[in-house]
Amino acid sequence: MPKAPDQTTNDLWHVVAATEELAIGLVETTLLLDRRIALTRGLDGEPVVWLASDEENGDEIDAETVLDRLPVRTAYGYTWTCLGTPSAELFPIPEYAEADRTNMSCGSIGIHVSAPRAVENFLDMGHFPYVHTDILGSEPHTEVKEYDVEVSEERDEVLATKCKFIQPMAAKSATGAMEVEYVYRVPHPFCSVLYKSCPEDESRRDVIGIFLQPMTEETCRAHLLQSMIDSYSTVTDLRRFQQTIFGQDKPILENQYPKKLPLDPRSETPIRADKSAIAYRRWLSQKGITYGVIPQAS
Amino acid sequence: MPLSLSDPTWYPIASSEDLPFRHVYQGQLLGRELAVWRADDGNVNVWENRCLHRGVRLSIGINEGQELKCQYHGWRYANQSAGCTYIPAHPADAPARRIENRKYPVKEAFGLIWSAANDDQKFAPFAGAESTDWFPLRPMPVNAAPEDVLAGLARLAPDDQPADLLPGMALRLGTTVYFVQPVDAGRSVIRGLIEKPADEVATLRHYNETLTKLRDRLERAAAKKPAPEPLQPVFEKVSADLASMPDIAIPRGNTMPVVVKRKWQSADGVIGFELADRDGKHLPTFQPGAHIDVHLPNGLIRQYSITNGPGDLSSYVIGVKQESASKGGSKVLVETVREGDVLAISEPRNNFPLRRDATRTVLIAGGIGITPLLSMARFLDKSSLNYELHYFARTGDGLAFQSELAALHGKVDRHIGLAREAIKAKVAEVLGQYQFANHVYICGPGAMLEMVQETAASLGWPDDAIHFEYFQNDKVIDSSSAFDVELARSAMTLHVPAGKTILETMREAGLTVPSSCEQGACGTCLTTVMEGEVDHQDVYLNKTEKASNTCMMTCVSRAKSGRLVLDI
Repeated sequence: MPKAPDQTTNDLWHVVAATEELAIGLVETTLLLDRRIALTRGLDGEPVVWLASDEENGDEIDAETVLDRLPVRTAYGYTWTCLGTPSAELFPIPEYAEADRTNMSCGSIGIHVSAPRAVENFLDMGHFPYVHTDILGSEPHTEVKEYDVEVSEERDEVLATKCKFIQPMAAKSATGAMEVEYVYRVPHPFCSVLYKSCPEDESRRDVIGIFLQPMTEETCRAHLLQSMIDSYSTVTDLRRFQQTIFGQDKPILENQYPKKLPLDPRSETPIRADKSAIAYRRWLSQKGITYGVIPQAS
Repeated sequence: MPLSLSDPTWYPIASSEDLPFRHVYQGQLLGRELAVWRADDGNVNVWENRCLHRGVRLSIGINEGQELKCQYHGWRYANQSAGCTYIPAHPADAPARRIENRKYPVKEAFGLIWSAANDDQKFAPFAGAESTDWFPLRPMPVNAAPEDVLAGLARLAPDDQPADLLPGMALRLGTTVYFVQPVDAGRSVIRGLIEKPADEVATLRHYNETLTKLRDRLERAAAKKPAPEPLQPVFEKVSADLASMPDIAIPRGNTMPVVVKRKWQSADGVIGFELADRDGKHLPTFQPGAHIDVHLPNGLIRQYSITNGPGDLSSYVIGVKQESASKGGSKVLVETVREGDVLAISEPRNNFPLRRDATRTVLIAGGIGITPLLSMARFLDKSSLNYELHYFARTGDGLAFQSELAALHGKVDRHIGLAREAIKAKVAEVLGQYQFANHVYICGPGAMLEMVQETAASLGWPDDAIHFEYFQNDKVIDSSSAFDVELARSAMTLHVPAGKTILETMREAGLTVPSSCEQGACGTCLTTVMEGEVDHQDVYLNKTEKASNTCMMTCVSRAKSGRLVLDI
């Protein structure tokens, strides 16, 4: 019997599917916080989410007949729901609305690891030369230079700025090695957004989001978003690029033990390059998150 | 008998054949996952299968020969000690803290690798082990409780010749000895030893058939019983100082005894010393460029660089110069210390760290300055990184560590008997105009160090690409000033009178501060300066660092202002 999620986690908006990939009139089932949920879209294209009873993946359904619904939001191309009382609005990504950007979902990929471990991997630059060899990094250029981290109380998010790294092929549109600058936001315990220098336009930034759906404490689904300034590549190319990157992360994440993120500072060995991860762990602790983590013994 | 996480029994955990060249084998004992790997020197390592940094399995890491490299962030751990030698995210830093993976005892015998959950018991081979030339059977994994598997093996015995139970989940059936490896509460591996057979294939097939049938019977029986609760191994916490990320060096004081295993004339004027643990255990992890303090019989303390390559911790090899004008430091070592003598040494300390993120590394050695650079060259060599070593000496007979240098695969150039100007021209030619991600390391006489630094600077090499280590500070220290130091963290203000160093003043006030050479050469007493103007008298900091006025060596440097505020 899985333990009930903490109140904070229970009341969060959680991503559950790429809206466009939900077939109208067909049921899709998935797990959220150990509960089976079912999703579909009505004839109007709006997603409907409910706690599943005996529905199976692929069943035909008329969304109108679902009366006991969970709350739903659609944002950034994804469908979000909440199992408790949704208190806050979903975090903003203002760039998503800019007219000349190519916005796309890049797939929903299951991972046998807790959602916070996946967030932490997304924040990490040190693994680029080893895991994303010759794409996001390459030996011998392995240094993670000093960067700034703060927890913004006003926006209730972790913010890492001035993150720099030498990358051989930073984006689909990159032609050679360049030092890229990243800004990372963690605006939601299981979501992160990064802004990186755009090879095509120096004044703007590409936006990549990772939204984790905590299925159980030790498994999750990663939903990827790209919002790019790229006038040359096709959406398929851009998706493939992101999926290649994620395909490299997945086996590493699945070999991490324990699978839940340990919040006790003495459970692992941090270095200066892990400043953002340390801030993230502390922020989760302060928020009272216990789902998908090993809380610090009080 | 239920399994216990603290069971001290030695069990076989792998066959020797499971550890081919540069492989990492994943094993398990009493619920704990193990990363098992053989270094190029033959030593077998059994470690907890988890990188201390972010918990990634080390069994997916890379066996680099003498170091194991984690797949996630490239952290390197040394053969034998499991100590971390390099963190690529911070290439300029020596891992200042003692990051060491959890390791388990290991013994290779009779074609099997043996390990235990702890060091409580010494490895003792089973009775009669020594009398036979053993041949290991193919291991047979069984999804059943270890005690049930042992009972199943015992039932293989014919009625008139019962199995002979041996200590530690083992039994003898005729001439065959079986061992049950308790993988977890509900999982086992049967391992066996037989006398070397005439027809290996036929014999192996025979045993394989017998054990496969036994496995099937045991698994059918196990499936009918409730599955036992798996063991829950605990990941030990790292020490508090590792969790809090301080950047304070290891304080002086901890010494350990070592025995002089070998003393030899390495070259004209250079004596080699091999220092080893008295009980044959491995010595602590070091990084390329590290030195040890050697406490001499006459009470003096001298620093010597370790020349060893990666993961080579069985002994440290140092080189000592026979100086005619020696004041009693190297003289005592050279003249009175003999093989078999015991000396006290400090743990290795590294103030000359090697970056491994350069596209080209130039190592320039003058005379006895070869010692730290030999170690660096060996590390770079093992990782197939691009380096060149230039070794300047007055005479060919003075070239030390020749056989060690001959074993390197990179470019090693020896420059003999060059005059000062010719050395300068050669250095300029070797360095060339600075290019991105190039680094130069220099060790040798003071005048040579200064010459190389100047030459490099004139070719556009920035300070942070020029790394050097002085053996001693030849400058005359001016200790005539008097001033106050405010120790911010200790909330203490001390007066430093003329003729006394800041370090001495702090010691007298009861503070424990790390230091080593106490002549401004080694870098151990490096301290952050918060306020005040420093009168730098050391040879450790480079020009940029001195000009920044943010750090100082408290053993020789003083204040130009009336007051200094230090982060101590």
